[in-house]
Amino acid sequence: MDKKIATREAYGKVLVEIGETNKDVVVLDADLSKSTKTYEFSCKFPERFFNMGVAEANMIATAAGLATAGKVPFCSTFAVFATGRAFDQIRNSVAYPKLNVKIAATHAGVTVGEDGGSHQSIEDIALIRALPGFTVFVPADAIETREAIKAALEINGPVYIRLGKLAVPVIHDSDFKFVPGKALELRDGSDVAIIATGLMVSLALEAADILLKDNIKATVLDVHTIKPLDVETIVSVAIKTGAVVTAEEHNVIGGLGSAVAEALCEHNPVPLKRIGIQDVFGESGKPVELLKHFGLTAEDIVNAVYEVLKKKSKNM
Amino acid sequence: MGKVLSPYKAKPKHEISVNYFNEGDEFILLFMEKAEKVKFLKEKAKVIRRHIVKMLGEAGSGHPGGSLSAADIVAVLYFDVMNIRPDDPHWPERDRFVLSKGHAAPVLYAALAERGYFDVSELSTLRKFKSRLQGHPDMKKLPGVEMSTGSLGQGLSVANGMALAAKIDNKKFRVYVLIGDGEIQEGQIWEAAMAAAHYKLDNVTAFLDYNGLQIDGCTKDVMCIEPVADKWIAFGWNVIEIDGNDIEQVLNAIEDAKKVSGKPTMIIAKTIKGKGVSYMENNPDWHGKAPKAEEVEKALEELL
Repeated sequence: MDKKIATREAYGKVLVEIGETNKDVVVLDADLSKSTKTYEFSCKFPERFFNMGVAEANMIATAAGLATAGKVPFCSTFAVFATGRAFDQIRNSVAYPKLNVKIAATHAGVTVGEDGGSHQSIEDIALIRALPGFTVFVPADAIETREAIKAALEINGPVYIRLGKLAVPVIHDSDFKFVPGKALELRDGSDVAIIATGLMVSLALEAADILLKDNIKATVLDVHTIKPLDVETIVSVAIKTGAVVTAEEHNVIGGLGSAVAEALCEHNPVPLKRIGIQDVFGESGKPVELLKHFGLTAEDIVNAVYEVLKKKSKNM
Repeated sequence: MGKVLSPYKAKPKHEISVNYFNEGDEFILLFMEKAEKVKFLKEKAKVIRRHIVKMLGEAGSGHPGGSLSAADIVAVLYFDVMNIRPDDPHWPERDRFVLSKGHAAPVLYAALAERGYFDVSELSTLRKFKSRLQGHPDMKKLPGVEMSTGSLGQGLSVANGMALAAKIDNKKFRVYVLIGDGEIQEGQIWEAAMAAAHYKLDNVTAFLDYNGLQIDGCTKDVMCIEPVADKWIAFGWNVIEIDGNDIEQVLNAIEDAKKVSGKPTMIIAKTIKGKGVSYMENNPDWHGKAPKAEEVEKALEELL
């Protein structure tokens, strides 16, 4: 877990890779190619790269047009603009006609840092998750990103991939197998399940290590696919452990925590605590400061585990 | 649908082919004298208008005004200009038509049916439960619909995407897109206008259905779009201004657009909202309401 790479960096690299092998891959960006890391693709395949300027709505609908003619467009900009500014285009020109458009949105969450709340997307998962037919990937590290992008290419339909600005620990081995829609059990423990996504997965692993010192054995699930959600695995770890903590760098309304709560309430309710942004906007600061401020650290996960364990013992 | 609407309607599809298409599916119209062609297209536009009125009458809701204003443009595209194969709607080399003002769906459905994409009898299912003829065009349901539209302002961007794909693959197909005058109040239209010029999309021909009316009244009162030609010129487009209800002018403008290289073309088509039905013409009340049975009859009498 020593090496740190931002998921957007991994995206930029794999984009060039798939650009080599699949000539139908085209990339669109909205004047942020150096930040979203589509720049390398633009240099390598200028005839298949379209800078659309600061015009996200036009970018998404143009991608839809490209998709109708057999191209596989990857659109990139910051998550807050990709989903917020262009939501109607995503809804009506991509999701409704089920077009093969991939939206790889970077700079999601509060770890955007200094740019502040206007640029920190905390609601993108909620927005896209509510659109019928969309696949939503939230990779936890560079390797998962690489595989998620390749998987997105294989899916004939709209895919949203949520990427980050901050360099995050590499948690997977390079031979890691990514199965879309299948949550990954990274740790097996019978006391509690920590269900995490994105950069919170590595923090969930840290939390599991801390808990082990207190002889609490935690299952850690990496939910890289928020939609379709792996309800079966989530319910099975809830049954196995009887207590669940979710962790995400997103508003607790509408994201992973909501999705897990929906699944568990219907199938097997257990004590649940959602770690995430508590329905407030972000602000300027260093990513580490902000993670701490918004309660998104390994210690916050540990504390949430103790809370659900208390409820679990009361129930028993 | 009641009365037989078109002289071709009752005939089976293959007979239509014998009459109007050769084996390569190209219109024999190509070889017609211009005057003869214009006469044929005028007749087609009238048939489309009759369908529009009847469909909307049966549906009990929908948008007659903006469908009727665009009937001549759509007739010219589907019955003369566009290189399409109704029996192979996904033919990769086909010309594309995007109805950006998706609420004018009836004009598109009527043209598609008349052109043989599906049976004319299906027009009577417009807006009904389980129909392929949704209130606004749905490409997943109805063959021949190139893009699902309805939320205004998006079709030009989509047309640009299709045109970019043609450029990447060195394909010769052209993309036609019909935009409403009220629709250009959407900011995205201008994002797309900028992009089409930037990427030199000379394979895009847009029509502005300039009927001067929108739901709440005259465009000049709701949100003035003038000077509209200057705007498109300033955005780097080749601009042609015509009477959009004059078949010959529509034909000529499209031919002129094909000759332009390095620039997209905007054909500003001055039209009459509700064109062909006296009581609907230039009346914004007919933007989004369906004619009652007796109104349908009156309209059909006028469209003989």
